[in-house]
Amino acid sequence: MSAPEVFQLSLGPLTGIAFSPDRSQVCVCPNSNEAQIYTRNGDSWDLTDTLAEHDKLITAIAWGPNTNRIVTCSQDRNAYVWTQTEQGWKPALVILKINRAATSVKWSPAENKFAVGSGSRVIAICHFDEENNWWTAKQIKKPLRSTVLSLDWHPNNYLLAAGTADGKVYVYSGYIKGLESKPEATIWGDRLPTGQLLAEFRSPNGGWIHDVAFSPSGDALAFVAHDSSVNIIYASGPNEPPAAHIVVKLPALPFTSLTWTSESSIVAAGHDCQPILFSGSSSGWSLSNSLDDPSSSGSKPLTPSATGVRSGGVGRLGNNEAFNMFKAADSKGQRSVSQPGAGGSSSTASTGLTQVGQDGLLLTVHQNTITHVEAYEWNQNGDVSKIFTAGRDGRLVIWPVTSGGSKGGLAGRMAGLQV
Amino acid sequence: MSNTLRPYLNAVRATLTAALTLENFSSQMVERHNKPEIEVGNSPEVLLKPLIVSRNESEKVLIEPSVNSIRLSIKIKQADEIEKILCHKFTRFMMMRAEGFVILRRKPLPGYDISFLITNFHSESMLKHKLVDFIIQFMEDVDKEISEMKLSLNARARIVAESYLSTVSCPI
Repeated sequence: MSAPEVFQLSLGPLTGIAFSPDRSQVCVCPNSNEAQIYTRNGDSWDLTDTLAEHDKLITAIAWGPNTNRIVTCSQDRNAYVWTQTEQGWKPALVILKINRAATSVKWSPAENKFAVGSGSRVIAICHFDEENNWWTAKQIKKPLRSTVLSLDWHPNNYLLAAGTADGKVYVYSGYIKGLESKPEATIWGDRLPTGQLLAEFRSPNGGWIHDVAFSPSGDALAFVAHDSSVNIIYASGPNEPPAAHIVVKLPALPFTSLTWTSESSIVAAGHDCQPILFSGSSSGWSLSNSLDDPSSSGSKPLTPSATGVRSGGVGRLGNNEAFNMFKAADSKGQRSVSQPGAGGSSSTASTGLTQVGQDGLLLTVHQNTITHVEAYEWNQNGDVSKIFTAGRDGRLVIWPVTSGGSKGGLAGRMAGLQV
Repeated sequence: MSNTLRPYLNAVRATLTAALTLENFSSQMVERHNKPEIEVGNSPEVLLKPLIVSRNESEKVLIEPSVNSIRLSIKIKQADEIEKILCHKFTRFMMMRAEGFVILRRKPLPGYDISFLITNFHSESMLKHKLVDFIIQFMEDVDKEISEMKLSLNARARIVAESYLSTVSCPI
């Protein structure tokens, strides 16, 4: 099992990230109004291009793997499609017709259109208008009542899933008349005019939907909500209730992103700073293992709580041993004053990170919330063999996915464990 | 009784860790604005249920989470008049210098002595568990600080009274 590759691309958060089709370049936004393109140079990344057109924070970046076009969207209510020319990347404005921040963007699988979610309670499905030579949008408005936080396209290029801040997940038809051939009936619905609502789901305990994703076949839809749940929905047929709505509830912090690695496995990551593999089928799902392999024991809690080292005391009497002891016994009921603050765990004792010796760092590779999880590499079966994550700590990490399916899970990992 | 401090702080720590799951969220009411939703409060779907962790009637913490900010208000123990005055002076001193404390709110919520406002920008630039540690340590230290100030105030008062009264006491 190879170790994850870790790259520190920025000191602040990475708010958007997308890899080039051949994985030699990566486009990231370092929490600013500019997107940067880095080119891989051995074990490091060199800054080669800067895409500067937005004037507020870029919220999402998508890079079409077939057409090699980048689309960025921002809180300044705009989106740009960037095309590579000899003179560098050229932007083309998209007529989004939204008046609040754009929050997420995704290329459709055929890359003839893309969807932009926004805070103005609309989803804009954008396609290229040959006559006017710009990108125009068709809007989906109903029944959105809150900010659209996440989007995902069905592999058939027609259906679109959206997760919103009021805890709803919608499946729409993203078919655009005149642009593409009429869609065939799917398991989610048979009548597919533009913007037709096909299905609607809720997160089990409320909480905004952080991410949605269709499975590789498109028959299942997974989403992560702020109530720390991972939900998987299996469709049964048009206008019928879903065959299964599986909820995996976790005692962990919420996930912010997820991706399918095969038809039977999902990697989700979020505020616990580590990607976690789930596996299952329509009969049930369960947590398989964490991809973050801590060098310490395996029974680490999901969020290691760091110990705060207390200073001796304050005031004139602070250095008085007897006074300190009396005070500690009085206020906290503890015998010794040398004990650190509450929540003492062994997290500072040893870290598997490069920053050994610095106090209070997390044991995980990511030091802050992971905000993006996406597929990086596929094996010959079409399953994802590597994923990448990016987070608020400015790190980009490429993880090998420990084999999914029946061989995966804890048993597979135990076999590779050296005692 | 003093043994209740540990579970109290642990409860605050756990709640704070769960509440500090923030993200960048642009206002859906005002164009091109990005405001702490807990302060604006006009989008009910992005606010979560506020929660009070209470040790006793004079010591409690109110935690109000939302999508991109949390507000944490602390009611500090004030047993008598002196502690009340000391607490007021102490929190006022800090809140007048709120910009130096980054996460401190300039005004406390009504009914509380001091409030913190942590937004997603703070949790992006600082380590989250360190933020939690800071709040917990502040809660531990503020009680200590005030009772220490009270002790030194009493000691000072005694010295002043002694030296003052020694001049008027009649020698025997």
